[in-house]
Amino acid sequence: MILTVVEKELDGSAAETSLEGLTFARKLSAEGGGVPVDAVVFGEVGDDLRKDLAAYGVRTVYQVGGEAVAAYSGAGWASAILTVRQAAKSVVVMAPGSDRGMELMAHVAARAGVAMAANVLSFDGLSPFQVTRQVVGGAALEEMVLDQRPAVFTVAGHAVEAAPAESPGAADVVEHTPEVAAEDLVARVQSVEKLEAEEGSGLKSARVVVGAGRGAGGPDGFGDLEELTSLLGAALGVSRVVTAAGWRPHHEQVGQTGTRISPDLYIPCGISGAIQHWAGCSSAKTILAINTDAESPMVTRATYAVIGDLHEVVPAINEEIKRRRG
Amino acid sequence: MAANVLVCIKRVPDSSSEVVLTDDGQAVDGRFAGFTTSPHEECAVELAVQVTAAGGGQASVLTLGDAEAVEQLRNALAVGATAATLVQAEPSTFGPADVAREIAAVVRAHEAEGTSHDLILLGNDAADSGDFQVGIRLSYELGRPVVNGARTLSVEDDHVVARGEGPEGTETYRVPLPAIVTVREGGVEPRYPSVPGRMKAKKVAVEERTPSAEPSGAKRVRMTLPPPVPSNVQILGEGAAAAPAVVDILEELGVLAR
Repeated sequence: MILTVVEKELDGSAAETSLEGLTFARKLSAEGGGVPVDAVVFGEVGDDLRKDLAAYGVRTVYQVGGEAVAAYSGAGWASAILTVRQAAKSVVVMAPGSDRGMELMAHVAARAGVAMAANVLSFDGLSPFQVTRQVVGGAALEEMVLDQRPAVFTVAGHAVEAAPAESPGAADVVEHTPEVAAEDLVARVQSVEKLEAEEGSGLKSARVVVGAGRGAGGPDGFGDLEELTSLLGAALGVSRVVTAAGWRPHHEQVGQTGTRISPDLYIPCGISGAIQHWAGCSSAKTILAINTDAESPMVTRATYAVIGDLHEVVPAINEEIKRRRG
Repeated sequence: MAANVLVCIKRVPDSSSEVVLTDDGQAVDGRFAGFTTSPHEECAVELAVQVTAAGGGQASVLTLGDAEAVEQLRNALAVGATAATLVQAEPSTFGPADVAREIAAVVRAHEAEGTSHDLILLGNDAADSGDFQVGIRLSYELGRPVVNGARTLSVEDDHVVARGEGPEGTETYRVPLPAIVTVREGGVEPRYPSVPGRMKAKKVAVEERTPSAEPSGAKRVRMTLPPPVPSNVQILGEGAAAAPAVVDILEELGVLAR
């Protein structure tokens, strides 16, 4: 059995990364002769979520609730996952490669005394169970053996494209109210301040992102970029150089230690494309780079490029957009 | 309150340039690109220095690595840490569980010698291996609570108050000491070492230890580099003259709708 942690969006629907996780789990299931895929969800499973889980081939949905898991705690939630694992007799426990998925699987692996593979891209064989995962922000790959049970891993974002199953699962909901030891609840969330709309939340979900790097030249070099962002209804994302210099706040940073984006269009301006930045933007469908260096990694990896100084190119683009809009 | 803070740091290859692997495919070779401290841990050092400056206590650093890793320890000493420990070992042979066990061994040894570590900070994950586990495994080794991915923290009344980003917004944890916190970049700006700071750091005696046990490894078979992606870039032009071609593409992609 394969147990997959499913995370919810604020509206109660399944997060895209979780649907990718279920798609990955089904591939693993098919390779293993069709072993069932089960899901574990913290909090209520609404009708729409249940339908989605059925469409993605889930056999049983373990809906975990109760006072002990009402507020998040890594150790407490992991202990609940392990009790579900026991009930479902799972030999694989996996989660999406989100911050929370990583944290939960690290707790699960530590408690079970097994290895964990973070950011898995693919599996190379079941006997022994061998996976390939991203390291160095995706700039290198590591083949790793998971020869203990349960095999614990997280799935890298966009490792597979989320796709419903050919035949739906039953998605029977089983309510589970775990008992959690007091010591596992010591590090528990006390309070949550909801994100302000402008504080980075738009960056992750933006359809278009305008990027700015060292080429902006300083904290005053973002005016034309902000205008382009506004004209396109886009979000502004910056490189680590920019936040390290204090030109822009960290919540705008795209990269390995910032936000990972996957827009339809990314327009990196004055960004050379260092590994840390590429780790955060490589999932963009189309990249249109603006850079003075035609040999920079960002230009050579882009779909389209303009060679030139962003301070000349971006104002000209803004004027052209305004001219066409009349 | 005064709190002794231990920051566990990792010497990692500087990944701002091309990644090269060692001949045996077991590690990233940093000999050409150079080495640095993993970015989350630079912030952890800064937080430790701030916490001890505000409330007293000592900020110390620890790393498991080869002899050259003393460079990263001295960088931390130069910005305000006052003691450093090097567990000398070949880091690529140590998996996350091994590293956690070795950190725990040093913490216990220090306690036996009279030095407590009330708060232990680590990076959320390392820039090279990206394992996301050492802090959490350390919490089980030592039987201490752990908060993951904090951006800021303070010590108040025998507790650490840590804040980080969760799925719904900024989460606050208040956890009794002794505790462990893994730190994410972005909450504080690491300071640059001053010249006097560097001079002072040179004079600090770095404690050297050997691993407490043989490593069980990282379950790694080998590392490889992804195949190079051939460049298919279409150059739209140079300078401002390229603007009409750019806007044509924006229209084609359907992103110009008002």
